[in-house]
Amino acid sequence: MIEIQNISKSFRNTQVLFDISTSFEEGKVNLIIGQSGSGKTVLLKSIVGLHEVDAGNIFFHGRNFTTMSFKERKEIRKEIGMVFQGGALFDSSTLEENVMFPLRMFANMSVEEARERANFCLKRVEVENRNNLYPAEISGGMQKRVAIARAIALNPKYLFCDEPNSGLDPRTAIVIDNLIKEIITEYNITCVVNTHDMNSVMEIGDKIVFIYQGKKWWEGKRDEIWETNNVELNDFVFASELYKKIRKSKL
Amino acid sequence: MNFFFNLGRYILLMRRVFSKPDDSREYFKAIGKEIVFIGYNSLLIVFVISFFIGAVITIQTAYNMTNPILPTYLVGLGTRDSMILEFSSTIVAIVLAGKVGSSIASQIGTMRVTEQIDALEIMGVNSASFLISPKIIASLCTFPILCLLSMVVGIFGGWIAGEFTGAVSSDQYIYGIQYMFIPYYMVYSVIKSVFFGVIITSISSYFGYFTTGGALEVGQSSTKAVVNSTLVVLLFNLILTSILL
Repeated sequence: MIEIQNISKSFRNTQVLFDISTSFEEGKVNLIIGQSGSGKTVLLKSIVGLHEVDAGNIFFHGRNFTTMSFKERKEIRKEIGMVFQGGALFDSSTLEENVMFPLRMFANMSVEEARERANFCLKRVEVENRNNLYPAEISGGMQKRVAIARAIALNPKYLFCDEPNSGLDPRTAIVIDNLIKEIITEYNITCVVNTHDMNSVMEIGDKIVFIYQGKKWWEGKRDEIWETNNVELNDFVFASELYKKIRKSKL
Repeated sequence: MNFFFNLGRYILLMRRVFSKPDDSREYFKAIGKEIVFIGYNSLLIVFVISFFIGAVITIQTAYNMTNPILPTYLVGLGTRDSMILEFSSTIVAIVLAGKVGSSIASQIGTMRVTEQIDALEIMGVNSASFLISPKIIASLCTFPILCLLSMVVGIFGGWIAGEFTGAVSSDQYIYGIQYMFIPYYMVYSVIKSVFFGVIITSISSYFGYFTTGGALEVGQSSTKAVVNSTLVVLLFNLILTSILL
């Protein structure tokens, strides 16, 4: 479980996050949703320590991440897997080397053991027989899958995904969503996903936190979204005519 | 203010760069790759530049020696000392600041803007040490070798140019390059090249590491890396020369 308490963050004179508190449960898909520029990515990067927060606390299973030393944080980070918006695969390494990288760095495995584990992870995300290709030689959807394989290579306790299906076609986006859901359930991972894709919200979201202008505007379960009277949330979630119609029929 | 901000941030980055590596196997593998990238891949440009510089120095020295009292072997001596004292270390360093420095800054800058450095940090890897220290160590190993090779090729270029243009005979040139040879000049030049290697790789890495934005900013970082490392190389050339000679 991850708990965040009163997080604020600003860059120079611009405050991006205002006093955000929430918690993310284990084995569930916790979604952070909001418009572009609302502060979702800053929140996610603040939780994992890529941005230092100005105020507030972050707890990973009760361990206060914000007060930890660099060394202590390093230990927690070994329990974290992250899928970045663009995949962030290492350009100069093959797909297999990308997945093997965290294993070679931290798992104290031989090359053969690391390769075996990497192949297992690649198989799990359905990327097979492409081990020796470079990231530039595969599609965006496949890059995201390899990024997921790399993120789960060390059996993480926590998985963070920053807009995992942005730039993907609807079918591939659903494949990625389902893959995340399956992996989280399978390994009982605490997962936080940043998204503004409404299909993801409706398909895989267990808990949803809506960020609006850097503030936590709403939080609740997926089904509660249909009935909420929160104007900004409704404007965001039911922006399309299709979703308006679905909502109408549901209510 | 901006200068002190950058200087402070550079020092803090270097502290992280020289902390204990996370995994020595991957670290040594990276050093090997960087030696090829910084050293081996720069051989051709160093050879070409040194050859032509040596040739031009020979022709220019011969052209300027109009006094018949001066023996022609001094052309060889002038070429040798110019190459050893200045050109093989400083000019080659400035050329490498352009080639290696811009490449390092854009490589690390691209990794920054595509979140590859963030991915390393998330895994618990000290990205500064993992990415930058192999480059600095590789430059420590390769720059002195490139400098020594540049001396040899430059003096050889001078010999060829002297022979083909008739500016100085082979006998006179070879006598000149052996005349009053001071081995310490080579030590001085190698020491300078070690400093220049560290300056170029660390400053270029610094500008790449703190790139923000996108492709445009990567290009800007690359330009800043070349300009700043060249200026610092020139400054250290002056400082080291006044200390060592």
